[in-house]
Amino acid sequence: MSGKPFVMPAPHPKERRIIFENISKPGYDTTIETCLAHGGYESLRKAVTMKPAEIVDVIKASNLRGRGGAGFPCGAKWGFIKHDDGKPHYIVVNADESEPGTFKDRYILHYDPHQLVEGLAISAYATNTHLCYIYIRCEFPEAASIVWNAIQAARAKGFVGKNILNSGFDVEIYVHQGAGAYICGEETSLLESLEGKRPYPRIKPPYFPAVLGLYLKPTIVNNVETICHVKHILRLGATEYAKMGTPGDGGTRTMCVSGDVISPGFYELPAGAVTLGELIFDICGGLKPGRKLKAVIPGGSSAKVMRADEVFKIKAKNSEGKMVDKEIRMLDVVMDAASLASVGTMVGSGGVMVMDDSREMVWVLNNLNQFYANESCGQCTPCREGSLWMSKITSRMLDGGGTTGDPKALKSVADNIAGRTVCAFGEACSWPTQSFLAKFPEEFEAVASGNKTAQRE
Amino acid sequence: MTVTTAVDPAAASGRQADKVTPEFEAEIDEIVSHYPVSMRSASLPLIHYWQNHFGYVDDSGIEWIAARLDLRPINIYELVTFYPWFRREPAGKTIIRVCRTLACAMAGSYAVKERFCAAVGLDPHEEHHGYGSAPPTTPDGRFSVEFVECLASCGSAPVALINNELHERISPEAVSDILERYQ
Repeated sequence: MSGKPFVMPAPHPKERRIIFENISKPGYDTTIETCLAHGGYESLRKAVTMKPAEIVDVIKASNLRGRGGAGFPCGAKWGFIKHDDGKPHYIVVNADESEPGTFKDRYILHYDPHQLVEGLAISAYATNTHLCYIYIRCEFPEAASIVWNAIQAARAKGFVGKNILNSGFDVEIYVHQGAGAYICGEETSLLESLEGKRPYPRIKPPYFPAVLGLYLKPTIVNNVETICHVKHILRLGATEYAKMGTPGDGGTRTMCVSGDVISPGFYELPAGAVTLGELIFDICGGLKPGRKLKAVIPGGSSAKVMRADEVFKIKAKNSEGKMVDKEIRMLDVVMDAASLASVGTMVGSGGVMVMDDSREMVWVLNNLNQFYANESCGQCTPCREGSLWMSKITSRMLDGGGTTGDPKALKSVADNIAGRTVCAFGEACSWPTQSFLAKFPEEFEAVASGNKTAQRE
Repeated sequence: MTVTTAVDPAAASGRQADKVTPEFEAEIDEIVSHYPVSMRSASLPLIHYWQNHFGYVDDSGIEWIAARLDLRPINIYELVTFYPWFRREPAGKTIIRVCRTLACAMAGSYAVKERFCAAVGLDPHEEHHGYGSAPPTTPDGRFSVEFVECLASCGSAPVALINNELHERISPEAVSDILERYQ
């Protein structure tokens, strides 16, 4: 990064660039002049001529789902905010992108900040919100300045601040930097962090910050990519936008592919447009020469791992519209929220991590276990202790100190974290251990019984 | 909004709070104005500003920030010791943060980190323990090297954040060339 011009490769025929349309144009930069020359802030001009409730309805009809990981319908989330409740509302953009395997927001923040500012101004108008924060992880120091400069430029043009575009509506947007904690991506932790408190996730219920959020007022927390989509939904119209995706999962979704493929990177695809096999072999150029596919984590490190030779039994509609049992291979799984859920994993944040047959699963799991052990905030005992125990067990196995009871002990620890914590980190840290053990039992048993020396870094 | 990690040598001794200038206070006032609902929200940005200016946050800094925001020192102390980014002791002039997490590890980040450590003379197995401590730092105060968790650039692994600059697709052989730029 660091001021170097960013050159995006030509789009694959299956790609449909909306979010990354401008970024992929040669010479597109972060100045407001360039943005305006490419139709910037036209959606905001349109928005302020509409009633706020109309905009919320458009977002509902677009079938936009959150792009941060949980995939909650965006319009429904906004619908929880009552326009005339007399309370202040807040919007907080979650730009704390830290789920391993996910790296899309980084490029939006660095190369098209006005897209976010415009989307945010529209979102604020639609939810009667006058104060917004963009919570950017501090490991993106350049992004914080780029986005702040974009806000200032937008303010100078009357898109942000008092009486935007003479609509009588005021909105202030500020940048807030995190300080290196993964837990702050959890929305209630993020709010605690923004309130200046130690960022322990809040006890649920209430489940939605739209009920009690920042400063205990109704608050919308949305991912960067989600907020950017808002501008394009207004531009394209809800019907046109929804048509690009699958029923209930509208628009495009940016899939980030990393690991053992020839062309890792991020690819903006209509939701459900490709199968996992097409993504890996057609779009990402397949595996390195002589290598075979072994495993895929499809939606960020917390999503359950899939084994390459796995055959899933799912329920699907046949040609007469009846639900029948069907067998499906891993590579034929469609990359959308519903299809990935039906095979027991999730589309999550869109971070696809590919592993070939040179990777040993105990080593991979140990890497993730160390991540979760380092990042557990420590509020809930099962997670604080359990994530560390799992990491210690897999580390010991790698050091040649495995015992035959290790796989069972690992599973027992994982099973006692999930569902017993304040936030979803508990699930996030136990799902890798549970799924790796279930999918690759022979590797764990071999390393545990000392029949195999595990790979080291 | 600019973030620097360079240590100001003139400010690196004695109580930091004694070195606060009117210009510094004006910057602090500007930051606090971004939080019209609750001053406490300015805690994190003030700690950032303090650390960027002085290189780390000493006890006088914790007390000063707390007083400015009408909080007790514990409210700031518990943040400085929670977040991995903050430290209560000086780090190197150049801080090298190598990504440790899966995509980078698969692409060789452990070898890259070892090469960085060897090149500046640090033990590659010395860990950064957090809780406000500084990452492993060379005795001359020029370099700190540590592993950090996912830097969200998995498509161009392995990566390292050196001060404010992201370096992508680092091969162990490229390490000495990269370090040349931070001499």
